[in-house]
Amino acid sequence: MTSAAPTALPVYISALSKYYGAFRAVDDVSFEIAAGEFLTLLGPSGSGKTTLLMMLAGFARPNAGSVRLGDREVIHLPPHKRDIGMVFQNYALFPHMSVGENIAYPLKLRSVGRAEREERVRRVLDLVQLSGYAERRITELSGGQRQRIALARAIVFEPRILLMDEPLSALDKQLRETMQIEIRRLHDRLGMTTISVTHDQREALTMSDRVAVFSRGRLAQVATPSDLYEKPANRFIADFIGESSFIPVRRTPEGLVYGDQLLRLADAGDGAQADPLLMLRPERLSIVRPGQVACDEKRNVFSGLAQSVVFQGESLLIEVRLDPGDVVLVRQSNRAGEAANRPGAGERVDLVLDRPDARIVSAEG
Amino acid sequence: MSLLQTAASDYRQPAATVAALRENAQALDRDRQRENGQLLRLSLPALAIVVILMVAPIGWLFSLSFVGADGGFSFENYTRIVTDGAYVSIFATTFQVAAVVTVLCLLLGYPVAYVLTILPDRFAQALMLAVLVPFWTSLLVRTYAWLVLLQRRGVVNDTLSMLGLIERPLPLVHNMAGVTIGMVHIMLPFLIMPLYASMKAIDGNLMRAAANLGSSPVHAFFRVFLPLSLPGLIAGAVMVFVMCLGFYITPALLGGGKVQMIAQRIEQSVSLFPTWGPAAALAVVLLVLTGGFLLLSWLIVRRFSRGE
Amino acid sequence: MESHVTHKQRLWLYILTALILLFLVVPTLIVVPMSFSSANSLAFPPPGWSLRWYQNFFEQDKWLTAALVSLRTAFGTMIVATTVGTAAAYSLHVGKFALRGTIYATLAAPLAIPAILLAIGLFFVYASAGLLNTTAGLIIAHTLVAIPFVLITMTAGFKSYDMSQEMVARSLGANRLTAFLTVTLPQVKFSLISAALLAFIVSFDEVVVSVFVSGGDVSTLTKVMFQTLRDDIDPTIAAVSTLMLVIATVPPLVLQLAANRKRES
Repeated sequence: MTSAAPTALPVYISALSKYYGAFRAVDDVSFEIAAGEFLTLLGPSGSGKTTLLMMLAGFARPNAGSVRLGDREVIHLPPHKRDIGMVFQNYALFPHMSVGENIAYPLKLRSVGRAEREERVRRVLDLVQLSGYAERRITELSGGQRQRIALARAIVFEPRILLMDEPLSALDKQLRETMQIEIRRLHDRLGMTTISVTHDQREALTMSDRVAVFSRGRLAQVATPSDLYEKPANRFIADFIGESSFIPVRRTPEGLVYGDQLLRLADAGDGAQADPLLMLRPERLSIVRPGQVACDEKRNVFSGLAQSVVFQGESLLIEVRLDPGDVVLVRQSNRAGEAANRPGAGERVDLVLDRPDARIVSAEG
Repeated sequence: MSLLQTAASDYRQPAATVAALRENAQALDRDRQRENGQLLRLSLPALAIVVILMVAPIGWLFSLSFVGADGGFSFENYTRIVTDGAYVSIFATTFQVAAVVTVLCLLLGYPVAYVLTILPDRFAQALMLAVLVPFWTSLLVRTYAWLVLLQRRGVVNDTLSMLGLIERPLPLVHNMAGVTIGMVHIMLPFLIMPLYASMKAIDGNLMRAAANLGSSPVHAFFRVFLPLSLPGLIAGAVMVFVMCLGFYITPALLGGGKVQMIAQRIEQSVSLFPTWGPAAALAVVLLVLTGGFLLLSWLIVRRFSRGE
Repeated sequence: MESHVTHKQRLWLYILTALILLFLVVPTLIVVPMSFSSANSLAFPPPGWSLRWYQNFFEQDKWLTAALVSLRTAFGTMIVATTVGTAAAYSLHVGKFALRGTIYATLAAPLAIPAILLAIGLFFVYASAGLLNTTAGLIIAHTLVAIPFVLITMTAGFKSYDMSQEMVARSLGANRLTAFLTVTLPQVKFSLISAALLAFIVSFDEVVVSVFVSGGDVSTLTKVMFQTLRDDIDPTIAAVSTLMLVIATVPPLVLQLAANRKRES
C-alpha cells in the first residue's frame, strides 16, 4: 500500500443494509478501508456493489447501518455535505460547460477565488496529462480523455474519499488496460482513500490494494489480490477470480481423502471447512506420463485419461477425466520443453499438484 | 472469570449494537420520509390548482345533479335526460356530429399520414407544416374563416356556381353541414399526428419482407401495414370522437343555433336558468362518456401494443 | 420506407394528399389576404388592398383593451404554469413516493376533460371567491388549462436527460437546488422554452373558459371575438385573426426550425 495523504480518512462500514421490498440488495455488510487505501468492490451484476457505492456517496439511503469517515458518522448527510469525489460510469461531464468549467465547478461551489481556481484547474489537468485542454468542449474529447476529465473534476477539490463506479467500462479493452495503470499511478501520487466498483476481475486485481468480493448482497471476502487468488474463502470466489476446477473430498480420521488417496495440503487448518472441495487451478497442475512421478509428502499425483487438447496460443488447455470420474482442466504453457509431456486425446496421464498449491475451499459461501 | 460471565458479556455486546442499529434504522426512515416529503411538496402548487379549480367543482356538480327542483335528493335530472325529447335529440345530434366528423377525419387523415410516412424525411417534415400550422392556429380564427368561406356569397358558393355546378347558392353555414366541415378541419390534425407517429414506428422491413414473400402491394398493405397502424388509428379516432362530444365554440358559431350539442345546452342551462341541477346532470353524463371512451381506447391500444 | 410500388403508380394518392393538405392550410391562412381588403364585404379575392381593418382595430378601445388583457394573461399564465408545472414534473420524475401515478393523472386530467366542464366549474368557484372578471382569476384559470401541456413537455424533457449529471453535481458539493439550476436546467432548456411557449399560446388562444370567467374591462380577445362573431362577421375580425395567427404560429415554427437545425448539426 502507498503512503496515505494527510487529508485521507479511513472508512468504517458497519451492518449496512438496503432492501427493496423483500429483495436484499445489500445485506448486513461490514468492513473497513484504511486511510489512503485503494479498495475495489467486485462482483457480478446484481451483487449489491453499486448499491453499496451509492450509499457511500449518499444517493441511496440504507435501511440500517452506519458509515463513518474517520470519526464522523455521515449516513444522515446529503451527498453534497459528504466531501466525497465521485466518477460515474458514463462520466456525466456537463456538456454545456467547457473542460475547464467542468473542473472548476466544485471549486466555484466552494467559493474558491478565480485566480486560485484557474491555478488548480491547470495543475489537475497537468496531473491527468491533458495540459492545455481547459478551453475544449466536452464533445471534442475522446473516451479516454473524458475519463481523465471526470477524474480530474472528482479530485480537484481534494475530497477525503474518491469513489469510482465502473470507471473504465465505457472504454475499449486496450485503453482500459492503459488507464488501469494510470489510475493506479495517480492514486500512488495522491494517496487518496479510493473505492472503486467493477465487475472486471482483472481490473480489480490490477488496481487495488484490497478487493471486496460481493455475492447476492453479501460481502463474500475482502483480501489483497494475491490472497484472494491463492486463498479464496469459498467456491464462489475461487470460481469468480481466475479459472478453477473443483473435486469433492471426504473427511477421514487420517485427513482429507480424494477417491482413496490421502491429500497433502498446503494448510492443515483447511481441514476445518464444511463441504470441502479441492481447488485445482489449471496452471498449477502439471502433466506427466503415468508413473513418472511418485506420490510423496511434497506432492499429490492423480491418474486420469486425457479427453481433449485445445490450442489457445500462448498455452494449451487439456481436459482430463480423473479415475474417480471428475473432469478437471490443465493449462500447459506452449514451450518446446513441455511438448514431450503433451498427451493426445484418449491417452492416460498423471497430474502433479505440489503441496503448497493444494488448497481446500468450502462449497458454500 | 467463570464460563457464565464470559457468555453474558459476549451476549451484551451484540445486543447493544442491535439496539443502536435499530435506532439508526428509524432515523434513516425519517430521513427518507423527509426527502420524499420535500419532493412531494414541489408538485403541491400545481396539485392545489387542479384540485381546487377542477376536482372540487366537478365533485360539487356531481352532488348538484342529484338535487331535484324541490331541493331534495332525486334522480329527476337524469330521468329527464332519458325521457325529455329535447334532451334525447341533443344527445342524438351530438353523437351524430361526433361520429360523422370522426369517420371523415379517418378517411382524410389516413392517406395523409400514410403519404407522410413513405415520403423522404426532409419532404415529409415540410409537408407536416401544413398540418402543424392549422394545429397551432386558434380555432376561433379557423371558425371565422369557415364562416366567411361558407356564407351564401362566400368563396365556396361563388366557385361552385362559376364552375356551373350549382344554380343557387347552397346553404353551407348555420346548419349541420357547416358544423361538420368546420369540425373536421379542426380535428384533422389531432388524428394525423398520432397516426403518423405510429406509422413511422412500423418497421419498413416488415413491408419488404411481405413483398419478398410474394404479397402483392395491396395485399401487404391490408395484411401487414393496416393492422400495425391500428393502435395509432384507434387512439387518434377516439381522441377526435371524445373531443367532438364536448365541443362548444365551433358548433355554437357555425351551427347558428340550429345545431344543438351537449356543451351548448350546458352553457345555456347555466346562463339562462337559475337551477343548476339539469346542467349538472348533463355535465356528469358528458364526463362519464368522455372518461369511458378514453378508458376503452386505452384498453384496446394496450391490448394491441402487448402483441397478439 | 420503400417498396416496389413506383411513385407514378401512387400518383393518385399524392394528388389526394395534396388536396387534403390544401383543405387544411387554405382556410387557416385565408384570413391574411382578407384582412388587407379594401372592401366592406368579405368578397374573395378582395377587389383592392388597404389597411383600414387594422386601423379599425387599433382605433377601437374594445379591441385594444382586449388584446392587452389577452397578452397580459398569456404572459402571466406562461410564468405561473411553467413554474408550477416544471416543479411538479421534476418532483414526479425524481420522487419515489407512492401516489406518483395518481398525481400525474390528476395534473394531466384538464387536457382530457371537456373545456365546457372546466369553464362552469371555474365560473362557480370564481363567482363565490370574487375572482370573476379579474386578471389574476384569468391567469389562474388558464394555468389550470396549461398545466398538462407543461407537465407532459417537461416530463419528456427530464426523461431524455441523464439524471446522473445532477448526481455528479451534488457529489461535487452542490445542493439539490443549485444542481438543478446550474446543471439540469441549462440542459432541458429546450423543453422549458417549448413548455413556456405552449403555456403562452394555450392561454392566448383559450376561448371557452375565457368566455365564462372574463368580462367587462377584462375580457380577453377571444371572448370579444366570440361575442362579435355571434352577431356579424365584421372584417375587423380578419385583422384580429391575422394578428392572432402571427402571435400563435410564428414562435413555435421558429422553435421547430431551431430544433431541426440543432438535431442536424
